[in-house]
Amino acid sequence: MSALRLFGERVSLPVRRRLVVVLVGAVFVLLGGALVSLYTGNSSIEAKITTGILIGDYAGASPFEVFTVLDVRLPRLVCALVAGFALGVSGALFQELTENPLGSPDIIGFTGGAATGAVLVTVTAGGALVGTAAGALTGGLVTAALIYLLAWRSGLDGYRLILVGIGVTAVLGAVRAYALSRADLEQATAGLRWLSGSLTGRGWDDVAIAAIGLVILAPATAALHRSVSRLSVGSDLATSQGLDVPRARIAIAVVGTAWVAVAVVVAGPISFVALAAPHIARSLSRASGAPLFSAGVFGAVLLLLADVVALRVFSPTQLPTGVVTAVVGGAYLLWLLQRLRRGTA
Amino acid sequence: MTALPHESRDSSLSSAPPPAGDALAMRGVSLGYPGRTVIEDLDLRICARSFTVFIGPNACGKSTALKGLGRLLAPSKGAVLLNGRDLARLKTAQVAREITMLPQSPIAPPSVTVGELVARGRAPYQSVFRRYSREDERIVRESLEVTGSADLIDRPVAELSGGQRQRVWISVVLAQQTGILLLDEPTTYLDLAHQIEVLDLCARLHADGRTLVVVLHDLNLAARYATDIVAFADGRIVAEGPPADVITARTVRETFGVECTVTTDPASGTPLVVPARPPHLGAATPSIRPTDPLHSSERTP
Amino acid sequence: MPIGSRRPRIRRRVFAGAIVALVVLALMSVMVGPRPISLESALAILSEGVAGSSGAAGRVDGVVLWSLRVPRTALAVVVGAALGMAGALIQAVTRNPLADPGIIGVNAGASLFVVLAVSVFGWSGVLATAGAGMLGALLALLAIVVLSARGRMSPLVLVLAGTALAATVGGVTSAVLIVDSDAFDQVRFWTVGSLAGRDPDLVWPALGLVALAALAATAIAVRVNTLALGEDMARSLGTSVVRTRTIAVITVAVLCGTATAAAGPIAFVGLTVPFAARAVAGTDTRWILTLSIVFGALLMLAADVVGRAIAGTGELEAGIVVAFVGAPLFIWMARRRSVEHL
Repeated sequence: MSALRLFGERVSLPVRRRLVVVLVGAVFVLLGGALVSLYTGNSSIEAKITTGILIGDYAGASPFEVFTVLDVRLPRLVCALVAGFALGVSGALFQELTENPLGSPDIIGFTGGAATGAVLVTVTAGGALVGTAAGALTGGLVTAALIYLLAWRSGLDGYRLILVGIGVTAVLGAVRAYALSRADLEQATAGLRWLSGSLTGRGWDDVAIAAIGLVILAPATAALHRSVSRLSVGSDLATSQGLDVPRARIAIAVVGTAWVAVAVVVAGPISFVALAAPHIARSLSRASGAPLFSAGVFGAVLLLLADVVALRVFSPTQLPTGVVTAVVGGAYLLWLLQRLRRGTA
Repeated sequence: MTALPHESRDSSLSSAPPPAGDALAMRGVSLGYPGRTVIEDLDLRICARSFTVFIGPNACGKSTALKGLGRLLAPSKGAVLLNGRDLARLKTAQVAREITMLPQSPIAPPSVTVGELVARGRAPYQSVFRRYSREDERIVRESLEVTGSADLIDRPVAELSGGQRQRVWISVVLAQQTGILLLDEPTTYLDLAHQIEVLDLCARLHADGRTLVVVLHDLNLAARYATDIVAFADGRIVAEGPPADVITARTVRETFGVECTVTTDPASGTPLVVPARPPHLGAATPSIRPTDPLHSSERTP
Repeated sequence: MPIGSRRPRIRRRVFAGAIVALVVLALMSVMVGPRPISLESALAILSEGVAGSSGAAGRVDGVVLWSLRVPRTALAVVVGAALGMAGALIQAVTRNPLADPGIIGVNAGASLFVVLAVSVFGWSGVLATAGAGMLGALLALLAIVVLSARGRMSPLVLVLAGTALAATVGGVTSAVLIVDSDAFDQVRFWTVGSLAGRDPDLVWPALGLVALAALAATAIAVRVNTLALGEDMARSLGTSVVRTRTIAVITVAVLCGTATAAAGPIAFVGLTVPFAARAVAGTDTRWILTLSIVFGALLMLAADVVGRAIAGTGELEAGIVVAFVGAPLFIWMARRRSVEHL
């Protein structure tokens, strides 16, 4: 194992060459996806003009084209990247917390909680962004608190957390169905669309919220990284090695939930990215530590790809991105379950 | 393999000055899990630099007691003392440099290599920035050499055999450089050859001056290697002391409910438990002489 | 196999008590609503038909009772019985106490096919949508049973598989509904799981199908008992594992498909009812089935009555009431012990 050592040994970090290679590859895929999403779309704009707009040269571009590139495509791209990153990181955090490769925040129910909060706000008070964001954040945190409380039994056990989460999710589903049936058709359709997780119509105010989230959570996660890594040998051995396990788990839970809230506010409840991204990151890079950053990068890749597919596959109708992730992700989860079982059977 | 003396104040074994008193002690400790108290009001002493083995039937409290000693379980009553200080009041990081426990079925993170796993044992000495110094690397290699696993350093842990893996786990706790090692059933899933390998390793670690507390199922192996044995049953201590005092027919009956004869192990001179004649062999023939097991295959007609 | 001699007696008493409760609730169901009908009036109308009512108000009562309340009550009983039985069977076949048609994705499958039937084929007839629902339920069930057939699957993994299936299927359903907003409008009331405003023509076909399914279930009940011991043991006891499982799966599909087509997707009945039935009946599948039928009817009817009673002139759908009862139970079960020992 190689190490990166700086400042006369005051800083020393273990480094895996393969991980670096994989991350660089992922960044290339991201660039490719970004290009596709900026340069293609329902309204076709010449590549030359798009490039011009992006670097600030508006000559030859109509106001509509400028608007499309700068106020529709670009914020959508940024939102997809940030939301995907948030989902990937939160997925990795929760998988470590539940000590279970299937413990992802959308399955446990935090995503559902945020979604319910947002839907309730949308259906009662209209779909203004700030209101929806507040609703999502509140819904997510309240649900998270509820699930933790219910699953707590002198400690946070992974299995119990998942099962309690599924129960709570079911109740929330009933609440959402109720809300949708009471609203008028337009609100309900908008609600359903939002619930499916969509990046349509994301603007720079969404990006602003995402940026705030990123600025607060990134350093918090970096500080948490070591604890997460130490937990991966199991809580008994980690305690023997001097980690305050209960405190670490609560910190991980809070930061993980916050990342989920950011993702839900920016992109609606999108399922399975949080589940798949950490797995893909880990199996490609064969990293044994907690692949938080690489999970985030792969989350961004997955969501961007899903978004591109959602836009193009039934063009000109735009499918919500969440539908693509649900269909593909659900199949992925089933495959994963089969593989895990064969491993233990 | 000769049994080491009970109270090991013999300074010729290592260069460290002999510590006074017990390495670990329990005073009136009650311990258990939510809704279930396993141990009540227990008093226990682990002498410094001893090789203590806990024995007892399933669910008798020996693993629970070990976890209490390792601070994995907090006592609801009483106190656990580490070198005379109350364990509950010490800082976790400090405790991790003095005592460590290897749990029964430790989990290796997926696709981790041996070197990376043993490096985890250095965690109590690392910080956010200082994560893998040259000193750490040296200690990792040393720990692997002590267990004879140096050549495995770059192999994925998942590919190792049971015996190899157990030795690697012992390297992990060795890298933590504690004076006291607690091992929860380190030999339970190993075949005979690997059981002996691991226990020989423990004996070497003990000879280097460490205090070991190990939970074992095999009474005879326990008698061979331990300096002290503690027998548990139903959450109480049935007997404690050197093997010769503890491994008796009476203790075995009280602890396991099994009738036996205790003879002498011809290879090590330690007590050897021979369970009573099984019913399917019929009545005992007079030629079996319990004091001379080497000749038990001879049956006088 | 009674563990004590108390069990058979308790079973019979509980069964009798449940039947009594069912009758009482049925009466209440007929009386409660935006237009409350008094007990004497209700009894008179029930025993003598509309002719037994007195006066104009009485006649309206009679119409309401016979054309709205009685079919609704009957539907609640039938749907509840179907879901209870389906839950008991699926739990026995998957050897998993957490299996519930809603949680393991069967409802999602049924919903998808109903939505497809409405949207793509424009069907709205009762039998057509019920048939579509059954087909969807069957496919979802097959997926789940295949997953749990090989070796023992932990409760957690099965629930996760069901969640995965429900999510995938739900995603496709959402996609269809977003693209086709007429279908959405037709379907969004139905997706709540309610007995309100259902077509009274549903009752007889549903009753017929459920009765058939009940017969099939009773026929294989003993063999399902042996399945609980594991495939190898079951085979050595002479049970044809494949055939028993197939019949059970088809039966569950018929039950779930019918229930879903009639009342929309309702979750947790299939979870809570067998749990209660097992607590009373032990491990005898025949008794578990019988009690599940009765408890299921009770639960559904109670949820419907409560939904009507507490919401004043509006009403709270039965599916939601059941979720609020069932989900806490699910959570309590998950908390109770180490999950592997469930």
